[in-house]
Amino acid sequence: MSPSTPTSHPEGTAGGSTTSRRRRRGPRTWLAALPLLAFTGLCFGIPLGAIAFGAVTRTDPSTGATQLTGEHLARSLQGPYLGSLIGSVQLSALTALIGGVLGVLIAQAVVTSRSQALRSAALTASGVLANFGGVPLAFAFIATVGISGVVTQLADLTGFGWNLYSFTGLTVVYLYFLIPLMVLVIAPALDGLRPQWREAAQNNGATGRQFWRHVGLPVLAPSLLGGFVLLFGTAFAAHATAAALVGGSVPLVTLKIADALSGNVLTGQENVALALGLDMILIAGLVMAVYLPLQRRSARWLR
Amino acid sequence: MTPTPAPTAPDTEGATPHTGAAPAGSTAKTRAPRRRPRPRVWRGAVLLLAGAYFLVPLIASFVFTVHVPGQGVSFEAYTQLLAADGFTESMLLSLGLAAATIAVSLLLAVPALVAVRLGSPRLRPVVEVMCMLPLVVPPIALVTGITTVLRWGPEHLSRTPLYQTFLAVQDERFPVVLVLAYTVLALPFVYRSLDAGMRAIDVPTLVEAARSCGAGWPYVVLRVLLPNLRASLAGAAFLTLALVLGEFTIASLLGFRPFAVWIVTISGAHARMSVAVSVLSLLITWLLLLVLSRAGTNPATVSSAPSSSPTSRKES
Repeated sequence: MSPSTPTSHPEGTAGGSTTSRRRRRGPRTWLAALPLLAFTGLCFGIPLGAIAFGAVTRTDPSTGATQLTGEHLARSLQGPYLGSLIGSVQLSALTALIGGVLGVLIAQAVVTSRSQALRSAALTASGVLANFGGVPLAFAFIATVGISGVVTQLADLTGFGWNLYSFTGLTVVYLYFLIPLMVLVIAPALDGLRPQWREAAQNNGATGRQFWRHVGLPVLAPSLLGGFVLLFGTAFAAHATAAALVGGSVPLVTLKIADALSGNVLTGQENVALALGLDMILIAGLVMAVYLPLQRRSARWLR
Repeated sequence: MTPTPAPTAPDTEGATPHTGAAPAGSTAKTRAPRRRPRPRVWRGAVLLLAGAYFLVPLIASFVFTVHVPGQGVSFEAYTQLLAADGFTESMLLSLGLAAATIAVSLLLAVPALVAVRLGSPRLRPVVEVMCMLPLVVPPIALVTGITTVLRWGPEHLSRTPLYQTFLAVQDERFPVVLVLAYTVLALPFVYRSLDAGMRAIDVPTLVEAARSCGAGWPYVVLRVLLPNLRASLAGAAFLTLALVLGEFTIASLLGFRPFAVWIVTISGAHARMSVAVSVLSLLITWLLLLVLSRAGTNPATVSSAPSSSPTSRKES
């Protein structure tokens, strides 16, 4: 590991305390940050601007005149588009809730176990599985519980009314990368629950339930909520898994945008796709605005 | 982060007073001896169910690839992979894109982060926000913006030299536009990984020491800073590689065919092969991560699933 500094700077001031001595180099150092800022401005800023601009303007093809309009945004909030937004929010909320609860249970089981091997294996596995999204995940599930999947054949799942290519099926698939993500996020917070607190509560006569109600959960609350919000955002933005799995039978906003972009619908839908993209960015921005302060708050208890 | 060592004689813990060194799990029960095994049972059940849920799809996928109904076991799905139409091209394209993305994102992020640590602390929030913003924009929304911008080329710029640039970045053989988009998506992970690495070393002091020994700037960066950041550079590179290899949304909607898109195109005709590739991709990711954690990085910094979101997919 890298050497740790004898004096630990509080976050954000590392290097700041010595700036006065280095003032004369100040004007030159910011040049090194310029390429990054220029790059994000160009490659991220311009597409973002194009989304915002396209979502609120209409260009007349014959005259080339551009005028402000709210029609694209209004259309993106009507009919099948609204249905896809609602479907995405429902799926994300449901998977984030289930994944959050199960992730906490698994993380607690791992954190409180005494086996160092189990712990490192579980965390490494979570790191891999949380990144195992997209197309490969869809195919692994098709091979397992798809129409001719191995488990489907063995257990005759079709007889139970099981269908992978549905809202329920998608929920089961999404949990495969959401649960490990929750384990990764929440494990440090569960580690931060010090055994001394539980002992102090017990010595004062608290039952296990009282300990969780008055000590455990309040301390964990920001991390739990932050984890839920992060899972929601992850599920909300996911596209590849759903595209490879259901194609379009489940109304999801990401699939609708892809349809509109690849011209599977009427031409002139590009602006509605942009408006839907803007809707998504606004929702994802809300999610982040909730998540970041929570993360900061939960860091208080983690040494 | 590491749990305290467990007492060696767990069966006596009901009788001995607890010390601060006892793991939290062992204190989860009341003193009544008959209830002692309950947490153990609970924990075992949770882990067993979790293990089943996460292992069954992997095992079933493997069985699916080697067991042909009516013919028995065959490893054709794996042996014919290399000869499959388009496999090599799409794999090479993905690896090339990944290498270019890693190079571009590190070249952009390392100087910026060093600058923030050395002389421009006021830039810190700006750089951080710029790097983290892509988390807020789902890849699919970013694609809508990119396609719009790319359409400006033929529409407005056809008489300007810029038009040639627009055509060049969309070259089928090596779409630079994908490298640019992937770099944007990778920046949050690269930033977080490098920032954690720099927090662990005292950049100003290291630089000052090297400079006062007469080292030039290139020497300082290449021989002093980068070796100290090896683990976080490896972590950033790994996350970027995983992101690019699995990325489907942007590539397919812009009409290119790297690896993930190729898997989907062959899945209809070669279902077994597409599953075989999925199993292999997971195994390779696993191996890479193991190698990395050996290198001293903390796997807990790995974040959310990049391709489908790695939305974000992603925090420690």
